[in-house]
Amino acid sequence: MNRAEQVARAAHRKDLRRRWLLSSPALLIILLAATGPLLIVLVYSFLTPGPYGDVAWRFSTDAWVSVFLERDIFDDTLSMAIAHATIFWRSVRLALATTFLTLILGFPTAYFISTRNPKTRDVWLFLITIPFWTNLLIRTFAVLQIIRNEGIINTALTKLSLISAPIQILYTDTAILIGMTYVYLPLMVLPIYASMEKLDFRLIEAGYDLYATRAQVLRRIILPLVKPGVIAGSILVFIPAVGAYVTPSVLGGGKNMMLSNLIELQFGQGRNWPLGSALSITVMGIVMAALLLYVRNASSTGIRHG
Amino acid sequence: MAKPFAIRHQPGFTAIAAACFLMLYLPIGVLVIYAFNAATSTAVWGGFSLRWFHSAWNNAQVIDATLRSFQIAALGALLATTVAMMAALATTRTAPYPGLTLKYAMLNQPLMVPEIVTGVALLIFFSRIKIATGYSGLGYLIAAHTAFCIPFAYLPIRARLENMDLTLETAAADLYATPWKVFHRITLPLLWPGILAGFMLAFVISLDDVVITEFVKSGGQDTLPTYMLGQIRRGITPEINAISTAFLLLSVGIVTLFFFVSRKRD
Repeated sequence: MNRAEQVARAAHRKDLRRRWLLSSPALLIILLAATGPLLIVLVYSFLTPGPYGDVAWRFSTDAWVSVFLERDIFDDTLSMAIAHATIFWRSVRLALATTFLTLILGFPTAYFISTRNPKTRDVWLFLITIPFWTNLLIRTFAVLQIIRNEGIINTALTKLSLISAPIQILYTDTAILIGMTYVYLPLMVLPIYASMEKLDFRLIEAGYDLYATRAQVLRRIILPLVKPGVIAGSILVFIPAVGAYVTPSVLGGGKNMMLSNLIELQFGQGRNWPLGSALSITVMGIVMAALLLYVRNASSTGIRHG
Repeated sequence: MAKPFAIRHQPGFTAIAAACFLMLYLPIGVLVIYAFNAATSTAVWGGFSLRWFHSAWNNAQVIDATLRSFQIAALGALLATTVAMMAALATTRTAPYPGLTLKYAMLNQPLMVPEIVTGVALLIFFSRIKIATGYSGLGYLIAAHTAFCIPFAYLPIRARLENMDLTLETAAADLYATPWKVFHRITLPLLWPGILAGFMLAFVISLDDVVITEFVKSGGQDTLPTYMLGQIRRGITPEINAISTAFLLLSVGIVTLFFFVSRKRD
């Protein structure tokens, strides 16, 4: 090895050392206040609940068993945990419904924005981003004021004599669905807009020239081309919706629990930290599965469109 | 003559978009209007009044929570932006090296995990430390906020760095500038808009957080959002509308500023 090569290698090593040193504070903070605690949750899910919250350091798989199954207090047989299954099903169902509703509303909105002229487009986009940056709790509270019994929807319907008694929306699953659709809508519009912005409208023109109807153009040209944005938006909505805490606890009341409220219950009144931990890891699992699906879909569409 | 064929038109789309914008702004609008309601009830309109703003302003708990929110957001965002900038310098403009993918994964990890899970994880971890050390100050909240703000500070700074070419820095180095001088005189001024964007994002994200704060805070450490959550659960008064309206104006102000700063500098 000649001298020049040695110098170059030393410089390379020095550069690498410097890069590790520079990134170490950020990595350390995340390790201490994000990644590390997650591993602790995993460990906790295999321990025994302590008498006053926290855990006793005895290995047990009870928490994991009771995520999915419940032990009969009389004859000790195991069966499906109906209460947990109901909450899981409600969380996933509401998250999917939210994703679907935001897509139905968000897709045309993104299309509308991307077909404005460049100057006004920025304004429309800005109008979508404002609610996005407004505190989620405040937006949820705003929805609460609209849909409650004395809210403007019920007042208007009563004044118009369309209904005689207010419709109970608040503290139902519908309230959670309305709230989540409202707060997560910008998360759907923005990624769809991002891929529509790159859409080549000459392709659409070509479609019409070849006698395609509007519906055909939408289904055969526009949708396939903006598919990556639609998938990204769906993931961005589904993930926070499945773990949503603020919206269900403000609009759902105490009865309509979602996974996050069940987890909170285990760390509070339930005093079953291992079960709470196991449920948290399960939520993580659902999210990871969704992300994995996204990564696989994103890479396959990437290949098809070059 | 028939209407010209509009290629960019899809039937019904404009109507849905209009409904969407109406839906986005109607609840916020009602919330803001009712903040100026003179009546004690939130259901009937009793004329225009600033009494609820006045009452919020004189509510020691609200002021206390607001100051704490700002303190945590400012410190958290400052720390997050500093370490994120260093990490961005370490992960851009380089050939892949061992550990680079791991760094990316870790820097973005707080974005991948649902807030509720991070919340309980920190509850467990910090309650252990609290018992071991006896310390129960704001440090935990600041550490938690710093951690989840890092990706939000990191992404705009990295984006800015990736669009900067290396020629100016190389030229400065050729002219015998020390690495620190190159950073201080060349890199930092060029990077400034990215840093500012990162800081503002981190600040707003920290200010907005409810879930993680709710789980990490000790007694008497309410931030404005957790205070409001407690109040909403107990029953609503127009005071919450007033606080929300003030908070809303602030967020919108910061975002508008951010929008114009990022546009002007690019």
